[in-house]
Amino acid sequence: MDGIEEKRRIRLVVNGRTVEREVSTRKHLGDFLREDLRLTGTHLACEHGVCGSCTVIADGVPVRSCLMLAVQAEGMVIRTVEGLAEPDGTLHPIQEAFHEKHGLQCGFCTPGMLTTLAAVIEENPSIDEAGIRDAISGNICRCTGYETIVDAALSAAATMRQGA
Amino acid sequence: MGVRYFGASVRRLEDPKLITGRGTYVDDIAIPGMLHVAFVRSPHAHARIVSIDAEAARGMPGVHAVLTAEDLGEAAAKPMILPVPAPIIKQAKTQYPLARSSVHFVGDTIAVVAAETRAQAEDAAAMVMVDFDPLPASVDLDRALQPGAPLAHEDSPDNLIATLKGGFGDAAGIFAKAPHVFRERLELHRGGCHSMECRGVVVRPDPMGGRFEMWSSTQVPYMVRRYLAEYLGLEENGVRVVAPDVGGGFGPKAVVYAEEYALALAALHLKQPLKWIEDRREHFVATTQQRDQIWEYEVAADADGRMLGFRGTGLHDNGAYIPYGIVLPATGMASFPGPYALDCVDVTIHSIFTNMVPNTPVRGAARPNTCFILERAADLVARNLNMDPAEVRRRSFVKTEQMPYTTGMKARDGSAVAYDSGDYGRCLDMAFEHYGADFRARQAAARAEGRYLGLGIGSYVEDTGLAPFEGATVRVQPDGKIHLQTGAAAQGQGHKTVFAQICADLLGVRIEDVTVEAADTAAFPLGIGTVASRVAVVGGSSVHMAASEVRTKAIKVGAQLLEAAEADMELEAGFVRVAGTDRKIALGDIALKLNGLFGTPMMKGIEPGLAATSYYEARELTFANGSNLCEVEVDIETGAVKILRYVVAHDCGRLINPMLVDGQIRGGVVHGIGNALFERMIYDESGQPLTTNYGEYLLPLATEMPRIEIVHMESPSPRNPLGVKGAGEGGTIPATAAVISAVEDALSPFGVRITKHPISPQDIVEMIDAGRPAEAAE
Ligand code: FES
Ligand code: FES
Repeated sequence: MDGIEEKRRIRLVVNGRTVEREVSTRKHLGDFLREDLRLTGTHLACEHGVCGSCTVIADGVPVRSCLMLAVQAEGMVIRTVEGLAEPDGTLHPIQEAFHEKHGLQCGFCTPGMLTTLAAVIEENPSIDEAGIRDAISGNICRCTGYETIVDAALSAAATMRQGA
Repeated sequence: MGVRYFGASVRRLEDPKLITGRGTYVDDIAIPGMLHVAFVRSPHAHARIVSIDAEAARGMPGVHAVLTAEDLGEAAAKPMILPVPAPIIKQAKTQYPLARSSVHFVGDTIAVVAAETRAQAEDAAAMVMVDFDPLPASVDLDRALQPGAPLAHEDSPDNLIATLKGGFGDAAGIFAKAPHVFRERLELHRGGCHSMECRGVVVRPDPMGGRFEMWSSTQVPYMVRRYLAEYLGLEENGVRVVAPDVGGGFGPKAVVYAEEYALALAALHLKQPLKWIEDRREHFVATTQQRDQIWEYEVAADADGRMLGFRGTGLHDNGAYIPYGIVLPATGMASFPGPYALDCVDVTIHSIFTNMVPNTPVRGAARPNTCFILERAADLVARNLNMDPAEVRRRSFVKTEQMPYTTGMKARDGSAVAYDSGDYGRCLDMAFEHYGADFRARQAAARAEGRYLGLGIGSYVEDTGLAPFEGATVRVQPDGKIHLQTGAAAQGQGHKTVFAQICADLLGVRIEDVTVEAADTAAFPLGIGTVASRVAVVGGSSVHMAASEVRTKAIKVGAQLLEAAEADMELEAGFVRVAGTDRKIALGDIALKLNGLFGTPMMKGIEPGLAATSYYEARELTFANGSNLCEVEVDIETGAVKILRYVVAHDCGRLINPMLVDGQIRGGVVHGIGNALFERMIYDESGQPLTTNYGEYLLPLATEMPRIEIVHMESPSPRNPLGVKGAGEGGTIPATAAVISAVEDALSPFGVRITKHPISPQDIVEMIDAGRPAEAAE
């Protein structure tokens, strides 16, 4: 409680770019991405690990950036919503499908949905509806009722299968 | 005019930035020199403040200031402004921006801590020592009006805010003569809004003093401007309020909050930009909710099961203050008799203070409450007369031949409620046609296997397009692009797309060529706000009017320039053209000409600019309606409810964008399912909130939600130029009623009658256990 913050230097790859920063040891990865790297696409909606809005892909696996300290990401490869599209701006199939199928309304849960689903369908493009619902069972959306998100994911998975 | 966009499922203009992480929500705004705010809040439901010691906190690292009401002095000496006063309010108690001598709910704001980081501000807030003298708290709604009940406010005579009475017809006579009268008690509980984005505010005071800009995650930027300017004694002109991208609203973001007042006061005091972002725990305790109602009611029916009359008394928990006056109980009142043509209604609602978070509308306001009550009543009649619940509804509905139908009730402004169009019976039939006719056979077969299926109905009418107005400016720019400005804010509904559709059709341009700027008080002078399913209706109509005016002007000027008759003009692909020829002039060129040139006089009789501003005044409500069917399976051992099918037959007039309407319906239904099965905000007997995270307060998840099958009926509204009705809440309103009705139907072998929502698996098991002897007796 004396407010003296311990800092540590970390190095990680974020959206294909190596970054090195001095960071407070108590700062979670979500705040680090948003505040230190100004990658504000990652959203914080509960900060207690339940809503999934803050999900980023760490070494290929979706993780909750509010439950992980920035210093724990040392040496990791992180993808955020800003890093889903190709460098030339070509959207990821899941992004295209969200636009096509009306998979978002307010857009606040969307980055977490997109990162979760991108990782899941890249891993298994044959995933079915039950699998998708299961995959996003830790992502809360208050706007859509989930159905159009599920439809978008099924459509994106089909695109991935054709592409593969 | 070629209609290409109106009625089509056009993809949203809002999406591209939101799916790539480039949205700008309030927490994404960073201003140089900005400090971060954390609030010191009351840990007690009701207490006197004896003293506040902020010395230690002020000395903490990174802390610039700790401000209490005393530090802000005269500027913060008044309670906040009551936005919707009404003569029948007996005790108009609103919150102070920062509590002065007492606190009235857990979460009441006490002090602002401003520091270089949010973490430092939170550390320091924890070090502000407040000495409280706790008082008994009003938390038991049933007892709150009884003599000797704890008072929510020490200086009050009692906990009564207002008593509302409404009705029509000879209730005493009708109930005395009716062949059947049934009565029961209901307990209703809604919950929080739980927009995924919590609230948040950024303020930047003007370096010249006396003015400021505020970005707030709000549904009502113009109301924020109005009340802050009034409270602070500033010109409205000196206050700019912007709602940036907003991550969901659902009602509670239509309140002007203590935190908004406090941030403005503190920023002007400190002469520094400030940011406060609500965290989820604060959202649970300090963002308004819509809490309990308790009802005792009677329904009268004739021998054929037609409902004749309704009478009852409701207790309405309004929490510790009235930031919305009596809007909630009044909305619930005006929603009687729903879709039913009753001979009498006699309703009393007592709005009551408790020491819990203040209550304001959550998606649907009190319409879902009234719908739940009426639908429970319809099921009660069916159950007691051993009739098909659908038949009770059909016999009781307002008939299409009766349109426009004056219900007998009064709207909030005192005018008579009159339904404009629709065929409620047909809508219910459409739901059944889509659903199929084999349910009772499947139910019987399932029961033979020990599985319990149930089918429930929820029918509703919703008043939409609330007064007074919204406005829009449509301006053609020299490059031919259209700039549309409006006061109407959006929180995910897709209003920009809808407005652009209307505008693009009228002006013959591509929707991509329309940019929409909304919810910035500096961009458009007046606005009301996004509540009560009003924006597509009222805002959309204003866009229609402004774009029509621009169209007329473009034709007039185009005809002069092309030396042709106005009647021969058409607007297409960005040009005004003489129909059937290639004589044409680009809209942008007309705009350039009308924007003027040094030394060149304007065309005679034509005002500068290819632009128009219009306000659409909503003078009459327009009424959407629909019927929902819900099929569930209940596991009688665990009490688990699985929703197997959910069908919505919905009539919101003409559909501007069916994809977006369906999105509103789906999200709304799922919210209503949450109110039926999951969402319960629990306070203990001392007024402490017990459910303050998403482990304890359950929201609907993807694994539990059904597909929502939607069929549309389109009864155009005669009351606005677009023929539309609102669609933002029609999903939520009947959903809770339909789900509860379905669960009860599944449990009919046990004689279960469900008289509350939400219900948990444990409640269900208890109801089954209580009902088992009834099964044996049958
Ligand atoms: S913000 Fe990380 S799970 Fe909710
Ligand atoms: S789109 Fe708003 S929370 Fe999912």
